[in-house]
Amino acid sequence: MAKVASELQYSDEHEWVAREAGNIVSIGISAVATDALGDIVYVDLPEVGSAVTAGETCGEVESTKSVSDLYSPVTGEVTEINPDVVEDPALINSDPYGAGWLFKVAAESDGPLLSAQDYASKNGGEL
Amino acid sequence: MSENHTALYEEHKKLGASFTDFGGWQMPLKYSSELAEHHAVRKAAGIFDLSHMGEVWVTGPDAAAFLDYALVGKLSAMAVGKAKYSLICNEDGGIIDDLIVYRRPADAEGHNRFLVVPNAGNAKVVAAALALRSAGFEVVVDDVSAGTSLIAVQGPKAEEILLRLVPAARHELVTGLKYYAAVEVPFLVAGAGQELLLARTGYTGEDGFEIFVNNDDAAALWQAIVAIADDGELTPAGLASRDSLRLEAGMPLYGNELSLEGDPFAAGLGPVVALSKEGDFVGKAALAAKKEAGAGSTSGRKLVGLKGLGRRAGRGHYPVLKDGNVVGEVTSGQPSPTLGYPVAMAYVDVEYTEPGTALDIDLRGKTEPFEVVALPFYKRVK
Repeated sequence: MAKVASELQYSDEHEWVAREAGNIVSIGISAVATDALGDIVYVDLPEVGSAVTAGETCGEVESTKSVSDLYSPVTGEVTEINPDVVEDPALINSDPYGAGWLFKVAAESDGPLLSAQDYASKNGGEL
Repeated sequence: MSENHTALYEEHKKLGASFTDFGGWQMPLKYSSELAEHHAVRKAAGIFDLSHMGEVWVTGPDAAAFLDYALVGKLSAMAVGKAKYSLICNEDGGIIDDLIVYRRPADAEGHNRFLVVPNAGNAKVVAAALALRSAGFEVVVDDVSAGTSLIAVQGPKAEEILLRLVPAARHELVTGLKYYAAVEVPFLVAGAGQELLLARTGYTGEDGFEIFVNNDDAAALWQAIVAIADDGELTPAGLASRDSLRLEAGMPLYGNELSLEGDPFAAGLGPVVALSKEGDFVGKAALAAKKEAGAGSTSGRKLVGLKGLGRRAGRGHYPVLKDGNVVGEVTSGQPSPTLGYPVAMAYVDVEYTEPGTALDIDLRGKTEPFEVVALPFYKRVK
């Protein structure tokens, strides 16, 4: 069963949110999502400085089998993207909650987020 | 959600497979990483459960003549022990299914025997069509799909691994087996010998084998093959890698490249249609007319290979564009794990089917450059 990191919050679209200093959050996709997608071969991330809106698409994740939209779980301005996952998208599969993080946002507001426990029970993950 | 499970379902569960519905069956999609499974088949070997495929025996004094009538190929010309890729068409020349036909030695009464292997989702339709077409022929059509399992071992190490389950004195049966041929081989499974039909056929573009086995004996055979392989030599592989392997090898998938609406000539399968064989066959008149009119006469389009020049892959049903105008549609596409660039098969207007032609694929509103290339994308070095 896919692992759900207990210290994070999650959106219904399977993005995770980690609180960093100030209002900065880092964002990635859960192991539940990476398991369902299969091996990820391409990721299209929002540009640094661009505005993202909670619940709206801000990029794409392409696996061997499919293409999925990436939804921002928060509203704010993108401050940083992870160049390592652009170069090597397999990191998203191998370490979805660590080296496979996607981008950071200076968040003004959050969209609806679930606790790890609620997300895990809803999506068949394992804490 | 379908409820059909193969006899190997418990094996897949033990191996941690994720499942997908395919042709009415719960089949393993992947066990761990579909990319790792793909590379394992190219570099070493993979083991696949293909028990969802159909198996229909055609037996009787008229078996050869009957198959010449029911299918588009000239099966009567095939030697005992050989296999042949063929199609079953309807009267309009539409493709009901693609299949492999194995000619087996005659039975004790001297009757010809053929094993027909259709796709999972079409097995019942094919068995029914064969039964219907058999009127007037002295032949028995016996659909044994429900009781028969099929295990494939594919990849450069496949022969070496399987030989370990065959008595040394009989190794020649395997090593001497030609591509698209089959033979009964005594396999040592769980301490006992068992004669099983071993075919050198596959759907991966690699050397490899397919073994027909009764459901009751399937799990023991699967376990024996897995156990006899060294660490890292044999990887259980699911349908995700089966699909990426066959796409690289340029092999059509029924439902993607082949359909009732399509025709064999547009699909590049003209050589499979034996218009010159003696007598009538189902679809002959329609197919002769299509051939006369030229490939692409049905839809104006032909199947081509497309090589991606960027990083993004085309997917089934994405439009193919020339100067912004729709000139085709992708049937299968994904990033090629072996080649490192996106590949796709697509039906494209005949004027744009020359290799080297620059085309775009519309990827959900963004265009990505592709180039027409000859199929297959990947060919193994022999």
